[in-house]
Amino acid sequence: MSATEAALDTGLTALDRIVEPGDGALIPVPSGGRLRIVDLHGNQAVDTLFYDAHDIDNRYSAFDTIREQQAVYLTTGSRLVSNRLDELAVITDDTCGRHDTIGGACSQESNVIRYGEFTRHQHACRQTFLLYGAKAGIGQRQLGHNVNFFMNVPVDSRGNLRFDDGLSAPGRYVELTASRDLLVLISNCPQLNNPCNGWNPTPVGLLGWWS
Amino acid sequence: MSYQHEIPGGAAWSAPIRAGRLMTLTTLAAGANASMLIIGADRLDRLNVPDTLKSQLSACIAPAMVLMSDRGTALATVVRSSLDWHDCLAGFGHDRQLEERFGPSSYAKDGNSWRRSARLGLVSELTKHGFGEADLHGCVNFFSKVGISDDSRATLTFVPDHSAAGDQVSLRSEQDLLVFVSTAPHPLSEQTYAPGGVRVEISSAAVHDTVAELKLRDEAVRALEQAGRLAG
Repeated sequence: MSATEAALDTGLTALDRIVEPGDGALIPVPSGGRLRIVDLHGNQAVDTLFYDAHDIDNRYSAFDTIREQQAVYLTTGSRLVSNRLDELAVITDDTCGRHDTIGGACSQESNVIRYGEFTRHQHACRQTFLLYGAKAGIGQRQLGHNVNFFMNVPVDSRGNLRFDDGLSAPGRYVELTASRDLLVLISNCPQLNNPCNGWNPTPVGLLGWWS
Repeated sequence: MSYQHEIPGGAAWSAPIRAGRLMTLTTLAAGANASMLIIGADRLDRLNVPDTLKSQLSACIAPAMVLMSDRGTALATVVRSSLDWHDCLAGFGHDRQLEERFGPSSYAKDGNSWRRSARLGLVSELTKHGFGEADLHGCVNFFSKVGISDDSRATLTFVPDHSAAGDQVSLRSEQDLLVFVSTAPHPLSEQTYAPGGVRVEISSAAVHDTVAELKLRDEAVRALEQAGRLAG
């Protein structure tokens, strides 16, 4: 199912676009607006950061979000909160079922650590965040720890963590409702060295509804 | 030569620590918590908890692990600890949470035992060194454990009796560091407000544990190589 097909029965769209793998986007979403991210081909990690559109220092905080819901994985009902405990958005629909927020973003430097020197010049999410964030004044200091939609990073009671094959599938989506005016910074992950993109990065769809 | 300082419970502290030192934290009471942020030698590169976890396939901090930065360098190595689990998923507490649980507190009302959150203390210490709120990042909550359930959401539950007085963790600095510590209560602790203190001791790391002795993962060794301080 394409992003456009998914939009057909949902009324007027304010946003309908494709983000190619390795590309990104900086999307303003007004309070009350709904943003849907569609995993068009399945198992595609979408690294995402959220900022208060009027004060970028009030930004998504992975660990405040985890603590406030006392659970690691994100799904329908999860409140995404800022480093000031303000609610930025709520996940209001989710056909995937589980999203990661402790795996962070890939960077050239962390790829070297995890996979070796041969990966140093492979494209990485941190490059995309810095490129698309720059126009809003989002630099390295403002890059907090992101959400990885459609990514599966299981943790367990013994303290283990691993990167697993995704739980997602073609056409699955997650939908967020903005609790205030937001800037949503997206990197469609180009990672080739682990299963987070099914070893094959693919496009995702963005759909938005607001007036 | 060594430096010793006792941080009382509910306080915050920061210090520059040169490369190659051993920093040992010791709890002065059961249930003490030390929320820590670290910034590297270039005053830009911060402790990155997600990169630290995914590189070493762990959901907590335990010996021996390397604490890694945003740019993939080793900041410090957790060389030993009397505890095998230090929380790094629950973040630091906020003033609003302390007030909701214990009521309002101020210097005027409670003197130097007024209740200040880890966030307030860490931002205050960051600001002294020219940083601020924008530099807040994921922290390690040394001496605290938040258990992870094997359920569909990975539900978290604070473990109340995880640490005793005298529990220790030792970190070797792998580059010049700025270290920021708050001894405010862990944000998921349900105990009455009586935060324990933590002693900090910084000495020259005379005996360097070798990579082989520490049984570090290859990823951790590469982070040490990036920091240019691969020992033994």
